Amino acid sequence: MLSLLKRIAKTGIVTEPAPGTDDMRREIDRLQDEVLNILGRALTIREVDAGSCNACELEIHALNNPYYNLEGRGIKFVASPRHADMLLVTGPVTKNMENALKIAYECTPDPKLVVAVGDCGCGCGEIGRLFGPNYATVGPVEAVLPVDVKVPGCPPTPIALMQGILAAVRTR
Amino acid sequence: MRFHAEPIEFTRQPGVGAPIWRGQTADREDWLRFAISVHRHAGRLCALWGSDERCSGGGFRVHAVFALDEGWPYLTLDLPADDPVYPDLSGIFAAANRMQRATYDLVGIRHDGEDRRPWLRHGGWPADWFPLRHDANHPPAHENLPSDYDFVQVGGEGAHEIPVGPIHAGIIEPGHFRFTVVGERVLRLEQRLGYQHKGIECRLASADFATGARLVGRVSGDSTVAFCWAYADALEAACGVTPPPRALALRALLLERERVANHLGDLGMLGNDAALAFGLSQFFRLKEDWVRLNAQVFGHRFLMDSIVPGGVAVDVEARHLAAIVTQCESIGRAVKELQRIYDEHSGLQDRFLTTGPIDARLVRELSLSGMAARAAGVLLDARCHRHGYAPPPPWNRLAVRPASDERGDVAARVAVRFAEIYESLRLIRLLAADMPAGEIRGTVEPVAGAAGVGIVEGWRGEVIVGVQLGADGKIARCHPHDPSWQAWPALEHAVLNDIVPDFPLINKSFNLSYSGQDI
Repeated sequence: MLSLLKRIAKTGIVTEPAPGTDDMRREIDRLQDEVLNILGRALTIREVDAGSCNACELEIHALNNPYYNLEGRGIKFVASPRHADMLLVTGPVTKNMENALKIAYECTPDPKLVVAVGDCGCGCGEIGRLFGPNYATVGPVEAVLPVDVKVPGCPPTPIALMQGILAAVRTR
Repeated sequence: MRFHAEPIEFTRQPGVGAPIWRGQTADREDWLRFAISVHRHAGRLCALWGSDERCSGGGFRVHAVFALDEGWPYLTLDLPADDPVYPDLSGIFAAANRMQRATYDLVGIRHDGEDRRPWLRHGGWPADWFPLRHDANHPPAHENLPSDYDFVQVGGEGAHEIPVGPIHAGIIEPGHFRFTVVGERVLRLEQRLGYQHKGIECRLASADFATGARLVGRVSGDSTVAFCWAYADALEAACGVTPPPRALALRALLLERERVANHLGDLGMLGNDAALAFGLSQFFRLKEDWVRLNAQVFGHRFLMDSIVPGGVAVDVEARHLAAIVTQCESIGRAVKELQRIYDEHSGLQDRFLTTGPIDARLVRELSLSGMAARAAGVLLDARCHRHGYAPPPPWNRLAVRPASDERGDVAARVAVRFAEIYESLRLIRLLAADMPAGEIRGTVEPVAGAAGVGIVEGWRGEVIVGVQLGADGKIARCHPHDPSWQAWPALEHAVLNDIVPDFPLINKSFNLSYSGQDI
């Protein structure tokens, strides 16, 4: 126990108030205020993997590491779409996930936001083209759901994901 | 050469990759007898897939990669176009079951066994339409309705089912788990996978080499290095190209960096799933440091597209190698300290010890490879010397020490991950200190009609890629195989007799790929 506490004390707070530049820091602080103004409380996200290769998920996981500390900014991933304000969806949407994704969307209470993640989920870039619609996939997220914001990248970095999530909040 | 006096003649695949022997037959009896013989000699079934050869004048073909002590026999069986049925291997190798069902869903050639349930086809395309046939064209109009699946029913007083998924509670890939429980105790778990199926093999057909590398690098995002290396190995063997020594050393360095990144993440998640959030924060901090250096040196946090046919796409400067060595030292120190904390944490050990056990017999029965097999005492590692087996370069000069544990439980899989991190850090330092000079990439000129197989020890286990080129020199058929195919059934066994709340922890201790299996 002592070594555990020592490790915590030695690590200190590594959360980067500024992922990038000082401008970014101000931007995030401002957006955090905005989140609270718009929603009156924290933002909750249900992540749905509708066909990704898992790389996007690894970066979404990274959002909760102490450097990005998304939860510390009042943004939380939840287990059920019924508890969510936002769906964060990776793709390409497979035929085998199409129905489940639609159900998750229907279960998310209004007003809801949808953020498409990754080149496959957004249908952009070379990778988005390589993973375009075929017999097994419907296509990008917008082929199935109305999308508010797209976060391209293969996979998008945690900073790009944060920007996308916050941009989506701003649309409402 | 021949194996175990079986009639099939094998020839060694050229190139510097893993030792692979190719053989072919058109005799279904030979196919069956060879499988039995491999099983009798404690071998494994590593991969199985099908192909349509009708446009080159043949019928259909079923491909299998087996493993023996000395290496991997790769056997193909030619089937007539009008009767594409082959002997069921699932009675010999349980791992064949799902691979054979997937082969039917995609190519329409079937085994003669009993289990005909679809595996990858859930209802998104018609049952009599097969995407990997040359004459498949566009799928006919078809309504994508959710289909029923014939789960094995368990009866008896107090038994009830818990369906979980395809969408799970966390940030994780989709799949369906059907538990049968009595009270809290798990009586049976049956998986239904395929939700991530995105037709990658269909996308690979008629792709050029570079496009193929991008696709194969996205079969499973956490194993992109292993897949790209196996793919490059397969093409280099097919086209008679030897990558320069510097490229081989850099590939090994990239693969070990991928292994460390995943193990760091898993150790954090395993702490978290046993309610030690401290572990998640600490290990995820280390992982973030690790992948940031990846981005700085190689231009990508997960090293995607770093390995290309012929060599590697990115070179490293001396100062980068120095940064890599320095980081290995600091990460190694931090992990040692965290391991002490994990080892001494009674609450954590209480959850880890004896939870989700598998034993060496089951490992052999299921043809399991990799980290989970080593954690059950089966010392298989394609990078390591063992009796009768010499690893391919650059591993042959590194004397890789395999990590192992006899216990087979969650604690063992945690311990093996720790040990493998230390070993990978040692290997990375060795590779960085002794990096050969010279070119990093040769050219790979397509050889029409050539074929090859590549095998690489990824962080989960054996990653296999089989490639067949067409008359135009482009990819005619490419099959990427993730070790999760074999490991998913092991998870079904590992949860028996534990309670439902232990499942997330056991599942995480394997951390299998959905996308890699579903392709």
